[in-house]
Amino acid sequence: MLAWLTDPFASPIVQRALVELLILSLACGPLGVWVLLYRDAYAAESISHGMLPGLVVAALAGAPLLLGAVGGVLVAAAGIALVARDRRLGADVGVAVCVSALLGLGAMLALSPASPPRLQELLFGDLLGVSGGDLAVAGALAGGVLLALLAGHRSLALVGFDRGAAPSLGARPLRWELALLSILAVTTVAAVQGLGNLLLVALVLAPATAALTLARRLPIALALSVALAALAGAAGLVLSYHLEVAAGASVALCAVAIALLALVIPAGRLSHVHPAD
Amino acid sequence: MTGGAETRGSRAGGPAAAAGVAVRGLSGGYGPGRDALRDVSFAAGPGQIVGVLGPNGGGKTTLFRALLGELPISRGDIELPGRPAYVPQTERARLDFPVSAFDVVLMGAYGRTPWLRRIARRDRDAARAALERVGLAGEAGAGFGALSGGQRQRVLIARALLQDAPLLLLDEPLSGVDGVSAERIEALFAELRAEGRTLLVATHDVRQAAAWDQVLCLHRRQIAYGPPAAVLGAETLRETYGAELIVLEGGDRAVGVGHHAH
Repeated sequence: MLAWLTDPFASPIVQRALVELLILSLACGPLGVWVLLYRDAYAAESISHGMLPGLVVAALAGAPLLLGAVGGVLVAAAGIALVARDRRLGADVGVAVCVSALLGLGAMLALSPASPPRLQELLFGDLLGVSGGDLAVAGALAGGVLLALLAGHRSLALVGFDRGAAPSLGARPLRWELALLSILAVTTVAAVQGLGNLLLVALVLAPATAALTLARRLPIALALSVALAALAGAAGLVLSYHLEVAAGASVALCAVAIALLALVIPAGRLSHVHPAD
Repeated sequence: MTGGAETRGSRAGGPAAAAGVAVRGLSGGYGPGRDALRDVSFAAGPGQIVGVLGPNGGGKTTLFRALLGELPISRGDIELPGRPAYVPQTERARLDFPVSAFDVVLMGAYGRTPWLRRIARRDRDAARAALERVGLAGEAGAGFGALSGGQRQRVLIARALLQDAPLLLLDEPLSGVDGVSAERIEALFAELRAEGRTLLVATHDVRQAAAWDQVLCLHRRQIAYGPPAAVLGAETLRETYGAELIVLEGGDRAVGVGHHAH
């Protein structure tokens, strides 16, 4: 049994993949908790998918991915604002229409036979192809995300808990709402190499969903989310090794499985411990 | 210290040095020509409780936002004794946020905690004392969302206590709270008044306001301001509430009815 768990990690390729996932867990875990608390899950999914064409164009042009991400987000935001201006449609339709179109466009560019092969990684990632250099970049970006979240912790909590009173308590809501979305964009860039644009959202949202279901205090929820994201990463690699399935997809499915377990198990156990008033 | 939306008080001095709040010819709202509130002029000294009366949408919260420096002001000016503390309506509070009652009270100290520093032990002690003052010392570790509506309101008031502000703005702190909570909150108001703080309390209950020092009647503009005995006449109340006023007995027992669409 123990060998079944440790065998996959004998190979340096899987070891690097594990390090990559542990690094990403440090950023995605706490970020996901904030995204859910800000009720930004839809925006999170939309932003990371909407920026795909930007990432692909940047990769094709040999520009830094972060630049492509920023450009992609701006184009997506402009498109959403434009569609949402039609009163018959509204913001949700605007997001859905623009993001689907941009995702389709990005996928078309990335999967076109003329594009270099590494571009497909932007969609599904390539955990087992992660190099030492990739690890360094992901580590720098994830470290930046983690530091930003720690530095902004109190202000994010003020705005998330009580937007109306936040200014009088010392935090400007709009500034921190935008900050969170910017941090999300950076996280997307950090995680796109390993997990791909389509799967990284699972590592952001699923462990956080489980953590918020299980934890009653914010610091515990944030730490638990990191731990569960790391667990999903390790479990996903083990399963992918033994079942011979794609590593990224396996990690995403493990993360979602953890969220489902957390949602199902405590429902009966906690309902009488925390009665509604 | 004047100058519209940018007015900021200093924290130094505390309530003992407070000079109260003065508003002169204030109009403001979002966008030019769309003033949500017009022609508000009043002054309240230290140790005064002002009942702010008016129908829903009458401008009570808008006035608070102006005093907090969050409303574009088109005319007039505001003089503050310091940065005000704001207590929002409890039904606006998030119940699914993973915080304890103590965590919420501690937020009152965030504004004065230097960036990247831990919260001072003095502030942690003050947070415990504030919870005790609102009668919730035993609930410090309880989840905010698991408390009753009245208890949540008291926690939000304790958070304002921690801000140690000379001016407190309370948005309907007594609406829909249980009897124990209402009693505790009203007793606390008396203590805060004795400490020389100024309280602006938005309320729907005319009889409550009648027990306080001053009454400010708003209906998108200022209808009246003064001591309850002088202000709370049938004519003023009719002008303030319009069709929302349903009970009128001789003029001294009038009740404004709020419609809460929550």
